[in-house]
Amino acid sequence: MTMMKKLLTSAVASALMVGGAQAEISDNVVKIGYLADMSGTYRDLAGPNGLTALEMAVKDFGGKVDGAKIEIVTADDRNSPDVASSTVRRWVENDKVDMVAGLVASSVTIAATKVLEEADKLGLVNGSAASSITNEYCTPNHIHYAYDTYALSIGTPTAIVKEGGKTWYILTADYAFGHAMEKDVTRVVEANGGEIIGSIRHPFPTPDFSSFILQAQASGADVIALANAGADTTNAITTAAEFGVTQSGQTIAGLVVFLSDVHALGTEVAQGLQLTTGWYWDMNDETRAWSDRFMEETGARPTMVHAGIYSSTLQYLNAIKATGSDDAQTVRKQMMDTPINDMFAKNGRIREDGRMVHDMYLAEVKTPEESTGEWDLYKIISTIPADEAFRPLAESDCKLVTGK
Amino acid sequence: MSMIFGVPMAVLYGQLLIGVINGAFYALLSLGLAVIFGLLKIINFAHGAMYMLGAMATVILFDNLGVNYWVALFLAPVLVGIVGVLVEYFLLRRIAGQDHIYSLLLTFGVALIMQGILTNIYGVSGLRYSIPDVFKGGVNLGFMFLPFYRAWVIVAALLLCFVTWFMIEKTKLGAYLRAGTEDSQLMQGFGINVPLLVSLTYGFGVMLAAFAGVLAAPIYSVTPVMGSHILIVVFAVVVIGGLGSIGGAIITGILMGVVEGLTKTFYPPASSAVIFLVMVIVLMIRPNGLFGKEA
Repeated sequence: MTMMKKLLTSAVASALMVGGAQAEISDNVVKIGYLADMSGTYRDLAGPNGLTALEMAVKDFGGKVDGAKIEIVTADDRNSPDVASSTVRRWVENDKVDMVAGLVASSVTIAATKVLEEADKLGLVNGSAASSITNEYCTPNHIHYAYDTYALSIGTPTAIVKEGGKTWYILTADYAFGHAMEKDVTRVVEANGGEIIGSIRHPFPTPDFSSFILQAQASGADVIALANAGADTTNAITTAAEFGVTQSGQTIAGLVVFLSDVHALGTEVAQGLQLTTGWYWDMNDETRAWSDRFMEETGARPTMVHAGIYSSTLQYLNAIKATGSDDAQTVRKQMMDTPINDMFAKNGRIREDGRMVHDMYLAEVKTPEESTGEWDLYKIISTIPADEAFRPLAESDCKLVTGK
Repeated sequence: MSMIFGVPMAVLYGQLLIGVINGAFYALLSLGLAVIFGLLKIINFAHGAMYMLGAMATVILFDNLGVNYWVALFLAPVLVGIVGVLVEYFLLRRIAGQDHIYSLLLTFGVALIMQGILTNIYGVSGLRYSIPDVFKGGVNLGFMFLPFYRAWVIVAALLLCFVTWFMIEKTKLGAYLRAGTEDSQLMQGFGINVPLLVSLTYGFGVMLAAFAGVLAAPIYSVTPVMGSHILIVVFAVVVIGGLGSIGGAIITGILMGVVEGLTKTFYPPASSAVIFLVMVIVLMIRPNGLFGKEA
């Protein structure tokens, strides 16, 4: 009955607004749902500060797009795919949410995008790493924006293998993201002439890494790679330092390392660590200016995920402005047709599989002597061009590309 | 090198030692829980939060006041103990004598509040705390590299466990405590201040957790959520050992550390579940736990 009423109301409303572009924005409100880990392991890389980044983008639009009010709702996914599915379902079915932003743990994203596909709404994925999100799990209803495991595995492992790190031992977080990372890094290491001599799948999260570090140490591998993220990575790096891993000549390769992690570890422990990132706050005047704004609001420097949330939300709102519609497919098409040039990326573009491709960067953590402040943490060593950084469409298993 | 099921012996020795180190943490934490449950019949779900407070206090005291590790080892547990006494006095006392579920829910709520407030202030990426200079470095045992600090953890934890056990089971103070919880009216009649005794016991129990927290600060990442991970495991340890059994909690703690360490070697993905598997088996065979008294 209420459904019927709503249909009637909107029909009448549309009839009254004939000729107005607003007619195509559903309910004359653009509603954005921010779904992220707000309290657990991944809080600091996205979390509440990611919401601030989203709000900054909305504020830049004056809280309105094309005459329609922009509203934000938010939820803590607690890193649980079940919570994510039910929240997103409630949002799209009852609360008329048009777009879901944030999306951090890969397992959460895979569950959420499935619901978005059924409801034909849009998801802008920034927090997640798994490259499978635009491969076997691709949908016409989401865009993967900031980075992915494929891009991360190109940077750091290639550099380390070239420096002579031939044998690898991988510590993998035992869920979707870890598995994707392990697969991607194995491919890159082997392609460069290296060898994977062992791996361990550890529970997520693992508070104590000593046992796994000890096994990795005993393997005698040149490189111990961490296919995990957040507190798991910082825990593993701290434990490795304690057990003298680097003194014994082994290299630690953090594959998914965020600014928030390095900040937590400090330059004393993390110095020299090589990592791949999609963005760094101290790259140029544009990134610095935006980061200053962000820091004023949050008291912290933004991670690449925060920057990605801001940038992707701007692109989304621009697309609505350009098309006068908040229909998922119309907006997605417009976003794909528009190159991205802002503080986050230059000449970034969104491909048909939903992957946003842009330059990635190989960075090294500064030594305590080099670092001039709490957040002066990286030096950018090299740029990985967009075309090399992400999985080529020719190798894609995405149904939107293969047509199967 | 000789092998067992495809694992070199040297690696296995290393894992056993690591198991004992982690077991020492479990022992210290489950001991506090067992003391609180055994003497006060309170199911203390705030125990993980108290462990976290101990670690957080260590870092915060150092960052703001420059308090060093050795002072923190004493001061942090005392501060957390005071928090514990306040929780007991203002909250737990009001539900004394009610069903266990009340104390469980109340302490769980207290834990969530503490965790939430600190998460808002400090985030979850972890605070930095260095290993004290005396314990920097380690010794090569041939089969593994043993950091000095981890060796200290075993010594300190086991020493405190023994002292606690001795105090409760063998001294007059311990006898008062046990008697006071058995028949508080009679003890009141003898002129013993039982409510004070109860407050102090709860305070002491959470001090043990805070002490474990200080020990953990230099080696685990110190975050407001660190207690929630370990709490459930420690509860399982207490259940396996037998609810309320002081000695049982200590022995089971170390035993479970070793079981977990071995699982991490032979089948890592199961390592977070193995303790619960043991718990199920023990409950089926001995419902009162390995060291529990017959009900």
